[in-house]
Amino acid sequence: MKNSNDVILRTVVKGVVLIILTLGVYLFFSGHNAPGGGFIGGLVLGSAIVLLYITYDIETIQKKMPFDFKKVAALGVLLTTGTAMGSLYFDVPFLSQTDGYFHIPFLGEKHLTTVTIFEAGVALTVIGTLVTIILSISEDD
Amino acid sequence: MTIEIAIILFPIIVAALIPIFYRRLSKNVIGWVVFFIPLSLFILLTTFIPRISSGEIFSHTYEWIPSLNINFTTYIDGLSLIFSLLITGIGALVVFYSIFYLSKKESLHHFYCYLLLFMGAMLGVVFSDNLMVLYAFWELTSVSSFLLIAFWHHRKASRAGARKSMTITVSGGIAMLVGFLMLYAMSGTMSIREIIANVSVVSEHFLFIPALILVLLGAFTKSAQFPFHIWLPDAMEAPTPVSAYLHSATMVKAGIYLVARFTPVFGGEIIWFWAICGVGLLTLFWGSFNAVRQTDLKAILAFSTVSQLGLIMSLLGIGSVALYFGYTKESIVYTQATFAAIFHLINHSTFKGALFMMVGIVDHEVGTRDIRRLGGLMSFMPVTFSIALIGAFSMAGLPPFNGFLSKEMFFTAALKVSALDIFSLDSLGIVIPIVAWVASIFTFIYCLIIVIRTFTGKVKPDIQEKGLHEAPIGMLLSPIILVSLVILIFFFPNIIGNYLLKPAMMSVYPTFLSVEELTPKIYAWHGFNAELMMTLGVVLFGLVLYKLMKYWIRVYKWIPQKLTLNSMYEGLITKSENLSGKITNGYMNGNLTNYFVYIYVCFVVIVAGYFVTSDAFMWNPIGGSKVDHFELILIFVVMFSAIALIFVRSRITTVLINGVLGYSVAFFFVTFRAPDLALTQLVVESVTTALFLICFKFLPEINKEKSTRMWKFSKGALSILVGSTVTIVGLAVVNYDKFSAISTYFEDAYNLAGGKNIVNTILGDFRAFDTMLEVVVLFIAGLGIYALIKLKAREGEDK
Repeated sequence: MKNSNDVILRTVVKGVVLIILTLGVYLFFSGHNAPGGGFIGGLVLGSAIVLLYITYDIETIQKKMPFDFKKVAALGVLLTTGTAMGSLYFDVPFLSQTDGYFHIPFLGEKHLTTVTIFEAGVALTVIGTLVTIILSISEDD
Repeated sequence: MTIEIAIILFPIIVAALIPIFYRRLSKNVIGWVVFFIPLSLFILLTTFIPRISSGEIFSHTYEWIPSLNINFTTYIDGLSLIFSLLITGIGALVVFYSIFYLSKKESLHHFYCYLLLFMGAMLGVVFSDNLMVLYAFWELTSVSSFLLIAFWHHRKASRAGARKSMTITVSGGIAMLVGFLMLYAMSGTMSIREIIANVSVVSEHFLFIPALILVLLGAFTKSAQFPFHIWLPDAMEAPTPVSAYLHSATMVKAGIYLVARFTPVFGGEIIWFWAICGVGLLTLFWGSFNAVRQTDLKAILAFSTVSQLGLIMSLLGIGSVALYFGYTKESIVYTQATFAAIFHLINHSTFKGALFMMVGIVDHEVGTRDIRRLGGLMSFMPVTFSIALIGAFSMAGLPPFNGFLSKEMFFTAALKVSALDIFSLDSLGIVIPIVAWVASIFTFIYCLIIVIRTFTGKVKPDIQEKGLHEAPIGMLLSPIILVSLVILIFFFPNIIGNYLLKPAMMSVYPTFLSVEELTPKIYAWHGFNAELMMTLGVVLFGLVLYKLMKYWIRVYKWIPQKLTLNSMYEGLITKSENLSGKITNGYMNGNLTNYFVYIYVCFVVIVAGYFVTSDAFMWNPIGGSKVDHFELILIFVVMFSAIALIFVRSRITTVLINGVLGYSVAFFFVTFRAPDLALTQLVVESVTTALFLICFKFLPEINKEKSTRMWKFSKGALSILVGSTVTIVGLAVVNYDKFSAISTYFEDAYNLAGGKNIVNTILGDFRAFDTMLEVVVLFIAGLGIYALIKLKAREGEDK
């Protein structure tokens, strides 16, 4: 991933990454009722980030996105197991999920579920692990 | 939360908090904080004494895994109270002693963390009524003992000793677990009390004897009985407070506790009697015999502990005879052996604890524990000398110390049981008092060695130079308390008898009605009887043999080095390591192709084997389904790329063709209306291809494989087998009807899980447990890859 003459790739990626990221977020939220979900959303988001790393060099992206992706993955695992444990606090079996309809100003009636938090954990783990693996391999020169 | 559970959990919770908060604590404070825990627990437990001694029993059940019969049942009766008082009482003294013993430079937080962990585990062992909970705590004591022995882990001997103790005690523990499971199979309950209540059901069962032997294995390994005693001398590599606490006063007595606890179940059986009594006596003799030749003070004490544990064990064996007779006027006599066992257990903890602390003081102040280099310390360290004198003479069984009382009772029991005519005692019985007497002579000799070699004679010049002086009062206080107990118990033994031993006897003999008869009055003076003569004989012969030691010390050289238990153990460990190394290296040879062969052979054998044996290969080849033109093209693409993969020579082409294969499969998912799968497959395929391209430069050239024609042929055959298995299974599952379909669970997904996408309700709700664990596995795998790559890089830097 050196600074080479790849103007076309860079220009295209700037636009494409935006589309992929949007798709990823869409897939993540549509998961409950349509195709999508935490795993696939996380994969798409992760692959967008990987694409950025491939196109630009690691230092540039690290400067703009100063995350430690190992910690992102750890946060994901914590969220997943946390929602699982959390149900014990409400005296229902381990991993119970619940949902409900809420009225939110400006957005109208929305269907919110605790599965979303669980799925967010899945997505974060997938992003974190994916980027960690690919970064550590490509850094290994 | 009841008080009993709180007692168990308190030390464990504090142990968990120490690593978090130790940075905020000064090294001077941490010991005092920890000291407070056993002290408060000890005071709390003493409040139980009046009620327990009046026959009350505290029990509480906290449902843990009721479906498996595993409940956290705590149970405090006389027997567990004695042990818990020892654990917390000696624990408090040991922690107090260690504050002064351990240098502030040591990693004290580790030490106290392990020590508290042990304390909690040990309390768990004696308070648990449930077999599985007891087993878990039992192994936790082994683990914490391992950590404490290896406390100075930079020393090779410490690590070896820790490993040895762990290997032996844990193997015994596993045997015990199997014994427990047999007990469960026989009685249908995990509760020890319920098993004792249903003894008649258990004792008729054919598993009774195997369970007995396995439980005893656990007890013998833990209590360092012959031939498993070899771990205890090596465990002396631990810091002296640990030796005083775990390896003389508490942990090694867990086996005694187990035997006493299970006496109502197994007692009265001939194997139980001879196993415990025989092994106990052998251990008693072998321990004392070997203690004499040791030159390290701690090693002498280690072997003496082994020997004393054997003494207590054999007393419990003699005591179990009473259960053979049942409750009669005559059989009460034999219960007194058990009474003596528990009494000696308490006495041993007091004098042996004091002796270990004394050795620690000598080591700390003089810098050596080798009796060949020590001598003449009496005038420099008078208090330490008095401690050693009282402790050693109590161990030797001399008045006016508590060891005299229990030693006399031991002789009484040995004489009584030898006169019996059951269990072939009429022919073999005479051996018991003889072994007891001979072992007592050796005990007397090593007690003399401890006192005379260390404290009398001339001071060696190299030690003189250091400027000897008495230890600080903080270190002396704990052993002083213990030796004052040694004397107090001699003068007022019946206080212990009435308040502690009486309820404990009730736990060992629950079927015996008369409690008063079970607790005899303890007297120091019985008149001129056989026991007193035996003690006098011990003293006389002991003194003579000590004087003549240089003439008979050669006896120890008769046993060839090859035949010692230690070298047998070492040989066993080395051989098993070599063998397992050979086996593992045989199949893990680093060749990826071989690993695939293992995986696929298993796959074919299990999957195809199941389908063949269950006669499930039924399908309708036409089945009314129609194949589209589009699908035909896809099939052609997939087949072409799969076959092409085999013949491609360039790595990059392989990667790309593999991608083609993957994307075509994604198209299949689209045509079969599985958008979730198709999406996932597409993205995974893209990421995999990117990953391949990144890894590309690290991969070696594809070399032409050099292998025999036969091997190539069998690999080809295996590939075809795998392929056909998958194909046929895929075709057969449509008509498969051996199991009921699970799809009915998910039909009501919207109402149950509130989602319209059934795939996601399965992932996030119905089978969320799988998903959660997969997430954890994914994370661990990612960390594994990261660690592997980064570690390799660091090694490269070093070179």
